[in-house]
Amino acid sequence: MIGLRDLLKPHRILLILLFLAFVVWCALSLRWDWLPQYAPLALEGLWRTIWLLVVTTILGFLLAIPLGLAQAVGPWYLSTPARVFCTVIRGTPLLLQIWLLYYGLGSLFPQFPAIRQSELWPYLRQAWPYAVLALTLSYAGYEGEVMRGAFSGVGKGQLEAAKAYGMRPFAVFRRIWLPQAIRNVLPTLGGETILQLKATPLVATITVIDIYAVSSRVRADTLIVYEPLLLLALVYLVIAGIIAFIFRRIEKQVPSAIQRR
Amino acid sequence: MSDLLNMLGLAQSAELLSLSPPGWGGNLLRGLLNSLQIAFGAFGMGLVIGLFGAYGKLYGGPILRDLLAVYTTVIRAVPELVLILILYYLGSDLINKVSEAMGYGRVEISGVVAGIWVLGVVQGAYSIEVLRGAIQAVPPGQIEAARAFGMPPFMLMRRVTIPAMMSFATPGLANLWLIATKDTALLAIVGFSELTLETRQAAASTRAYFTFFLAAGALYLIVTLFSQVIFGRIERWARRGQPSLRGGTR
Amino acid sequence: MTFLKTLAATAAAALLTAGAVAADPIKVGVAAEPYPPFSSVNSAGEWEGWEIEIINAVCDAAELECEITPTAWDGIIPALTGKQIDVIMTSMSITEERQKTIDFSDPYYNTPTVVVADKSMDIEPTPESLAGKILGVQASTIHQNYAQKYFTDAAEIRIYQTQDEANQDLVSGRIDATQADSIAMAAFIESDAGACCEIKGAVADDPSILGLGVGAGVRKGEDDLREKLNAGIAKILEDGTHEEITSKYFSTSIYGG
Repeated sequence: MIGLRDLLKPHRILLILLFLAFVVWCALSLRWDWLPQYAPLALEGLWRTIWLLVVTTILGFLLAIPLGLAQAVGPWYLSTPARVFCTVIRGTPLLLQIWLLYYGLGSLFPQFPAIRQSELWPYLRQAWPYAVLALTLSYAGYEGEVMRGAFSGVGKGQLEAAKAYGMRPFAVFRRIWLPQAIRNVLPTLGGETILQLKATPLVATITVIDIYAVSSRVRADTLIVYEPLLLLALVYLVIAGIIAFIFRRIEKQVPSAIQRR
Repeated sequence: MSDLLNMLGLAQSAELLSLSPPGWGGNLLRGLLNSLQIAFGAFGMGLVIGLFGAYGKLYGGPILRDLLAVYTTVIRAVPELVLILILYYLGSDLINKVSEAMGYGRVEISGVVAGIWVLGVVQGAYSIEVLRGAIQAVPPGQIEAARAFGMPPFMLMRRVTIPAMMSFATPGLANLWLIATKDTALLAIVGFSELTLETRQAAASTRAYFTFFLAAGALYLIVTLFSQVIFGRIERWARRGQPSLRGGTR
Repeated sequence: MTFLKTLAATAAAALLTAGAVAADPIKVGVAAEPYPPFSSVNSAGEWEGWEIEIINAVCDAAELECEITPTAWDGIIPALTGKQIDVIMTSMSITEERQKTIDFSDPYYNTPTVVVADKSMDIEPTPESLAGKILGVQASTIHQNYAQKYFTDAAEIRIYQTQDEANQDLVSGRIDATQADSIAMAAFIESDAGACCEIKGAVADDPSILGLGVGAGVRKGEDDLREKLNAGIAKILEDGTHEEITSKYFSTSIYGG
């Protein structure tokens, strides 16, 4: 982090002044008259973006644990599917995955009329379940790979010691293995979550109205090119900053890793 | 062969994907070629930005360092989709303004060039970080020794720093290349005829959404797996003569 | 850093000469997303459709050298004002809102706006009838603006990037109805995929939103080009080329409707 003292170096003061001048210029000479009209919609979109981010990160992480475990120590019939899953998710563009899930599955509905009678139909009609599914699978795919390394990174001696104390396998996992694996990945988790944030606007292409979709609508309605995009970039910057801040706080809370070889 | 396809109910899909019209396979391959061209260009442009940026961040003056820090932070925090839109409009606006100011007429920018520019700027930010880390990992003694021999800076970079940092940089660069190939899909939103847009057009025209999205996914996957093999080779070559860096067997 | 400077100078020079030498055909922007039967890519990778043939006919008649340039529909007006393309000819209606930013030629077709839904559904194109239903429209179109003005309180409006995706979701049952151009929808319900659905009627007209027909968009102030296009459109309407092309695709006239 840059301290206050660092900010007061002459060249930084100059840069900050230049930046402020840019902000003032933006505020004065660009068009912002559309802002009040779209503010409520933008807030709704912002909320949906954050909701998607939080839900899919948590679900994705929960899914990444078994994926990582299966790859690290699982028998071949578990580790192979897990590895294939991670490779496929990481090897294809998320946009394509989203479209495959939404339009690909959607194109199968007319062939199976029973789906429309099912209890799930009200959800299958909406776009957000597909968005949640696609983003969750994507996060799980990337994080599963990281968790594999994290699980194998926990010292064998510790697990053996726990076993020697008579802990049951599940207790070893819950109290020794998982906490240490999570601590191993903690430094990368913030970065992965920012990557996930950057993936959320793709759901706008399947009619989910997130903050990106709101900005697209402003651009379409008013034919203004840059202003909504600049504001949107700023919004994402701020959210990314908040994520980085939160994870730094969490990292500080967690006791630092025991000296390992 | 055709009996087998018939048995599996895949004959229709095979027909849709055949390489010559009325099959759409040719379109997909053309799209793939465009995607690879853009990814390759963007990766290269990212490397150039990354090399100079990394040097700037390590040895540049305070203002240059701050500006580079702003560049890498902003690019890595804003979604590629948003950056692509901004850079796409900004790039053509700027080029037109410049060429008008210089007295030329309008400049024709092909889709591939625009795509390379847009993704290249994004790749550059990531490249800077990868290469900076790699340069820092080169033992300072080697660089000092070269300086002591009186090597000029550019020769030092070419003969010592770059070869020595290759092995540290390859894994990060391999990752960036994979990101570049996948990010080309985002250009579909701006209307470039790369693989994802071609897939969308084919899927919409034939209503075989499932078939085409799966086929495109397979193509991307093949590119990824193939690249991994190539980069594995490069890494081994770059590491020749070095003791293994990986501690364990995995 | 001289190396860097040389590199930058060479790159700039290469870019600029490449631009200066090329003869300038008129770049006609069409939506990169498929919009059958007006414009779409066929399996040989070529653009085809009613509008593509009209573009070629207008350009021939106006003696312009044209080049089809696919551009994202969502950003096609910024692409025009940013000089990536010179003309928009992609079923864009002439509306007051758009005329604030760009100029239009005379219309080359004009068709009503309709609502399409499943045959079994009892839907009329009125706010009362659409209450509680899900209505799909394409983004950045007159249909989106119209739906947002008249149906937004009654129905849930879902916005798609392409009309084709809205059609796809209509077939799959994810939306109850879609509002779009009558001719495009007529072609859709005649296709195998659209067999489920029928046109439920035209929406009440509102020229301030639905516009005055479809014209070619040009940058403001480029009256020269606009006049040439007008002359081209007038010529193909007069000598029967327009009708000839139309009869290949549609059973009725789509000019003046």
